[in-house]
Amino acid sequence: MKDMLPSDVPRPGTSIRHKYFDGFERTIIYTDIETSFPEGNLIVSRTDTKGKIIACNKAFCDMSGFSKDELIGQEHYILRHPDMPAAAFKDLWATVGKGKHWHGYVKNLRKDGGYYWVYATVIPNIRDGKIIGYSSIRRKPSRAKIHEHNELYKKMKLQEAK
Amino acid sequence: MAFFFTVSPDFSPLHISDWFLVNTWLQRNLGEQIHLELFDDFESQRKVIEEKKVDLIYSNPYDAATLVRKHGFKAVARPRELTDEAIIAVTESSPFKRVEDLKPQTRISTTEDPNVHMMAMIMIEPADLSKVNTVITVRDSYMRIAQDLIGGTADIGFFLKSTYDDLSDLVKKQLRPLVTSQIYMVHHALLVGNKMIPLKEKLQNALVKMSSDPEGKSALEALCMKGWDLLEQEDVEFMIDLMDTLVEKE
Repeated sequence: MKDMLPSDVPRPGTSIRHKYFDGFERTIIYTDIETSFPEGNLIVSRTDTKGKIIACNKAFCDMSGFSKDELIGQEHYILRHPDMPAAAFKDLWATVGKGKHWHGYVKNLRKDGGYYWVYATVIPNIRDGKIIGYSSIRRKPSRAKIHEHNELYKKMKLQEAK
Repeated sequence: MAFFFTVSPDFSPLHISDWFLVNTWLQRNLGEQIHLELFDDFESQRKVIEEKKVDLIYSNPYDAATLVRKHGFKAVARPRELTDEAIIAVTESSPFKRVEDLKPQTRISTTEDPNVHMMAMIMIEPADLSKVNTVITVRDSYMRIAQDLIGGTADIGFFLKSTYDDLSDLVKKQLRPLVTSQIYMVHHALLVGNKMIPLKEKLQNALVKMSSDPEGKSALEALCMKGWDLLEQEDVEFMIDLMDTLVEKE
């Protein structure tokens, strides 16, 4: 996944060097342009056990701004918005690693630097007692929940910065 | 002894005789005796599933989970280009124009159809509605839901899209969809139980040819189906995982 360039975003945004948990780094340019979740849709994707995307639906491409070819084989974290606290994802992996379902509100980063909120459910795909990958299904959250989690994540980010 | 075939009770009553045509076609093309039994409600059908009487079933996506993961049913085929979508409908004159207009204590008329209910409940989440702040009435048919809406005893009604489309023009004129799901990945599936698993390949071979056989084609068309696509076990497993994520939050 390449660094984002000013030409990738429709208007000037905030540029940061973002370091992912596995040591990978890239430049992210993000804006305050929100894309709202379309009524009645679900974003669906599957990853392997390492978190690499192996399948996704059209709604995922539409909402993220990436084509299917650009998404397949990428780490799911390319959608991670810098406003999201690391603790949320730690909790996600700890939960699904135990074979349990994880639910949470997530602010995702689009290819063009904008963002979209989802209510995500991540579940392990268990076959013959073994985890063979993960499925993530995202649906439309309410504005009240978005507001609540926006505030909560700001506080968590401040805590993490200390 | 004849194999036992049943169909998820979410089909429109208009199609009862069409399913008997499908069964006749299957018997003729498989050279096997198959007894078709249709149920009016999900509970009666689940009872015979628990009693391990079912050998072949056209299952809704929700019940597929129990059939595959609890009773060891195997995937055979799915209806071509036919997915299960839900419609939340209101009356034509309803003040609700979008989901976010709905308020706590909204009166919902729904059926026991588990996947439609589940899909529709997730579509009202953007209004912060759930089973705890709505008034839910369960009806035994989609027609009763339409009556609840038209009679003013419900604010919104949950329909299987294909069943909504089958409502008469007179009824549909008085209603309008508030929102329609566009999931595209949830569908019915033909599944075989233990006793019929040895016949799975033969059954699949027959089904892929059904749409090119004049009698088969006509039976399919009566059910608004274009044909069958063979289904891998993993396809059903994935759909079950997907349904699992939609189970209502506590």
